[in-house]
Amino acid sequence: MNLQGKKIQVHDMSLRDGMHPKQHQITVQQMVEIAVAMDEAGIPLIEVTHGDGLGGASVNYGFPAASDQEYLTAVCKAVKKTRVSALLLPGIGTVDHLKMAVDCGISTIRVATHCTEADVSEQHISMASQISGLDTVGFLMMAHMIPAEELVVQLKLMESYGANCVYITDSAGYMLPDDVTSRVALARKELKPETELGFHGHHNLGMGIANSLAAVEAGATRIDGSLAGLGAGAGNTPLEVFLAVCDRMGVETGVDLFKAMDVAEDLIVPLMDHMVRVDRDSLTLGWAGVYSSFLLFAKRSAAKYGLSARDILVELGRRRTVGGQEDMIEDLAMDMARARDSA
Amino acid sequence: MSNKIRAAIIGPGNIGTDLLMKAMRSDVIEPVWMVGVDPESPGLARARDMGIKTTCEGVDGLVPHMREDNIQICFDATSAYVHADNSRKVNAEGAVMIDLTPAAIGPFCVPPVNLKNAVAERAMNVNMVTCGGQATIPMVAAVSRVQAVSYGEIVATVSSRSVGPGTRKNIDEFTRTTAKGVELIGGAQQGKAIIIINPAEPPLIMRDTIHCLTVDEPDQEAITRSVHEMVAEVQKYVPGYTLKNGPTFDGKRVSIYMEVAGLGDFLPRYAGNLDIMTAAGLRTAEMYAEEILAGRFVPTAA
Repeated sequence: MNLQGKKIQVHDMSLRDGMHPKQHQITVQQMVEIAVAMDEAGIPLIEVTHGDGLGGASVNYGFPAASDQEYLTAVCKAVKKTRVSALLLPGIGTVDHLKMAVDCGISTIRVATHCTEADVSEQHISMASQISGLDTVGFLMMAHMIPAEELVVQLKLMESYGANCVYITDSAGYMLPDDVTSRVALARKELKPETELGFHGHHNLGMGIANSLAAVEAGATRIDGSLAGLGAGAGNTPLEVFLAVCDRMGVETGVDLFKAMDVAEDLIVPLMDHMVRVDRDSLTLGWAGVYSSFLLFAKRSAAKYGLSARDILVELGRRRTVGGQEDMIEDLAMDMARARDSA
Repeated sequence: MSNKIRAAIIGPGNIGTDLLMKAMRSDVIEPVWMVGVDPESPGLARARDMGIKTTCEGVDGLVPHMREDNIQICFDATSAYVHADNSRKVNAEGAVMIDLTPAAIGPFCVPPVNLKNAVAERAMNVNMVTCGGQATIPMVAAVSRVQAVSYGEIVATVSSRSVGPGTRKNIDEFTRTTAKGVELIGGAQQGKAIIIINPAEPPLIMRDTIHCLTVDEPDQEAITRSVHEMVAEVQKYVPGYTLKNGPTFDGKRVSIYMEVAGLGDFLPRYAGNLDIMTAAGLRTAEMYAEEILAGRFVPTAA
């Protein structure tokens, strides 16, 4: 693979996707400290939001240590060169949240839907694209669930609403490099040349780096990852590892590799409540094609009802659950426990 | 003199057609008009086949006929964006408007919780909140009538096939309107609503999760009894309203897991979200019709 001379923008997820393994309990002070260190390392863009996006504070997903507004205000003020993005899932957050985040000083809004449901983002993407200077990104989650041809139709919808960049998002960490190549390459061929393409990976099958490289080769110019992999499931593409590989392959990221490694080792790893890694349950997510943030919910329900988290996750995959259906996990666990007890 | 109140349905889409089929069976409502904007609309063709008068000129095509046809109740199954206009026009002709869009310009109505109050207010426009609201607000109310609820949250998961273009263009109105209904009608001090659209095939039956945080420790026995009673009330007009799990208790959290299957009149059974809207809308209209027939209420132009 020859990627020599390609220029990409990396986007760190630690302070948004990383909220999942932290059960949304990262403090404002911790966020500021990490954001400042990432700024010094030259990471161009970082995402700061509740793990489930703006307005995610809920019984269903978890109440965070601080509000989106408190996090965004503090981080946007603290960083100098690094720009800040927020995530919004229509159905959870609204354009009111979007406006609030813009007022806090974000540069980028990412509007995320399930891969087949892009049309629920029209309201939000079209509004965002009319805000002067706001980088507006459409983000199609669980992109493994439909073939490339169908995915491109949905990406084009987001482009038509006004997104200047669209993402293929492997929320379940299920994709293999060929899955990424076929989707990104077809999107690159079919979308307007000025529309940027991004890839968001999860490391559940250990494919975060390989998939991100495949995306770059096929035409993606934005790659998501998180330092030390702090993210849902087995984490996002571990960003410092990806940066090192980019360095070896001559891909230009503009990030100081050693400083990024230091942030991962000195600030992110000590923050972890558990080692974010490929283990039995996070591997199951990738194998079964399950939304990565279901991991801790499945573990908790498994413990409460005396079940195996792997069994719960496999069944959630079989039922083709989508992002946001966290409420189905305890519901399913109760059904499984009842079936076991009556057997 | 007919012993039924004559009605018009605006919006010949999925909701409008399902509502028409239910209204045809009503003892007190007689659907007379179906109103659309597209001459090629399959919904208008279906209505014509069922012997219903149709117009493809929108509400303006209906208005000149309302008095001669004695239309006293209209249902709006279009979208929030055009509802206010529609409502003003039919109210001016002396008809009550039952609003099935999330526009919510009139008082909210969730039949088993506040239908009697809504009808007693004699409002010329009542709003049916949202499908998620109809499915969940009775459960929030079932908890809040036992003890104070500081926070009520609902998660509605619906099949992709059951979510029409109006809702898709309008998803913020769904979350806002439902959350407001959880507060105003459900009785939670603070409300939150989440909607998830799932494209799985075969389509999943509507699922709803209701989480309430009570102010004091929940009275488990009283809440459980209240929830079961409320489920039975909703089942009177939506037989497929089913308690799947719960109520479960975790500290001050009360969680209730519902499944809502429709009658399968026009859309398949999985679209319980549409069925509960049309069933609730019709139930509301019937209460109005009974008041009109009994001479206790004369809808008049504002």
